[in-house]
Amino acid sequence: MDKLGIYAVPAIIAAIVVFGAVKRIDLFEAFREGAKEGISSLISIAPSLIGLVIAVNMLSASGFFDIAAALLSPVCNAIGFPAELLPLGLIRPVSGSGSFAVLSSVLEKYGPDSIIGKTASVMAGSTETTFYAVAVYYGSVGIRKTRWTIPCALAADLTGMLFAVWTVRLFS
Amino acid sequence: MLGYIWFFMIIVSIVCSVVTGRTDTLTSSVTEGADKAVRLLISMAGVMCLWTGMMKIADKSGATKIISKMLSPILRFLMPDLQPESPAMQAVSANITANILGLGNAATPLGIKAMQEMQRSSRLKDRPDPSMIMFVVINTASVQLIPATAAALRQAAGSSDPYSILPFVWMTSAAALIVGIILTKLCSSARRYKIG
Repeated sequence: MDKLGIYAVPAIIAAIVVFGAVKRIDLFEAFREGAKEGISSLISIAPSLIGLVIAVNMLSASGFFDIAAALLSPVCNAIGFPAELLPLGLIRPVSGSGSFAVLSSVLEKYGPDSIIGKTASVMAGSTETTFYAVAVYYGSVGIRKTRWTIPCALAADLTGMLFAVWTVRLFS
Repeated sequence: MLGYIWFFMIIVSIVCSVVTGRTDTLTSSVTEGADKAVRLLISMAGVMCLWTGMMKIADKSGATKIISKMLSPILRFLMPDLQPESPAMQAVSANITANILGLGNAATPLGIKAMQEMQRSSRLKDRPDPSMIMFVVINTASVQLIPATAAALRQAAGSSDPYSILPFVWMTSAAALIVGIILTKLCSSARRYKIG
C-alpha cells in the first residue's frame, strides 16, 4: 500500500506536465506563478504558526502531553484511539496552523515513519479546519443559524480521525 | 476562539512545568519553539511550492474545466435545488475543483461567491437552505488530491517517504466526506417531511 504513494507522485506530476505541454501553455511560467502563491500563503500563515509552535513546544516541554495521555489512555484504549493523538484530534477542527504545530511536534517525538507519526499525518491531511470553514462561509452571507451543519461536519471529522487510525493500522 | 486556546496552552504549560519540576526545560522551550517554527517554515517551503506550482500548471491547462465536468452529475445529485448551469452551481463547482487541486487561495473567494449566489436564490434569508448546508459540509471535509502541508511537514521531520500516507489519506477523506454527505442528506430530508 505504501508503494502506491511512491508511484502516485511521479504519475501525477507527469500527467500535469504532459497535459500542460499538449495544451501548449507556458509550463515554467505557470509553475513560477503557482510557487509564488505558495510562498505568499506560507508568509501569511507564518505569524500564527510561530505563535502556535511556541505554545505547543511549551506544552510539550512542560510534560502536559505525557500527563494528558496517561490520564486519558483508559478511555482512548477502550475505543481503540491512540491517546498520543488526542491533542491533534481536538485542535484539528479549530485551527489549521495549530494542528500543523501539533502534528510537527508529534512527528518530532515519535518519528514521521512510525505508526503514530503516520496516523497523525493522515489525520491532519484528510480533514479540514471545520470551524474556520463554517465561520468564513456563513459569515460571508451574514447567516448565524447554521442548522445541522456543525453536527454533520463534526461527525465527518470524527469518521476521518477513526479511519486514519484504522487504515494505517490495517495496511502497515 | 484561538486567542483563548493560545492563552490556555501557555498557562497550562507553565502550571504543568511547576508541578512536574520542569521549569528549566520550559524556559528553554520558549526560544527553542520560536526558532523551530522558522526552521519548519523554511523546510516546508520547497514542498509547498512544488505542489502549488504543479497545480497552477494543471489549472492553466484546463484541468479545472475537466474536473468540473466530471463533478457535475455528482453535484446535481447533492444539490438538487440548484439549476445545473446557474452561476451558483458554477461557483460551487469551481470552489470544489480548486479544493481538489489544493489551490487554497482561489478556493475561498469562489466559495464565498457560491454562498452569495445560493443565498440570492434561497427563500430562507436568516437560515441556510439544504444546498448551502451541503456546500459548507463538503468544504469542512477534505477533498484535496495531494495533502501538501502534511507531506511538507513529514519531509521537514526527516521522513524516508513523505508520500507513503497518500493512499491512507485518500481512503480516510473519502470515508469522512461520504459520512458527512449522508448525514446532511438525512437531516435535510427529515426536516422536509416534518414541514410537510
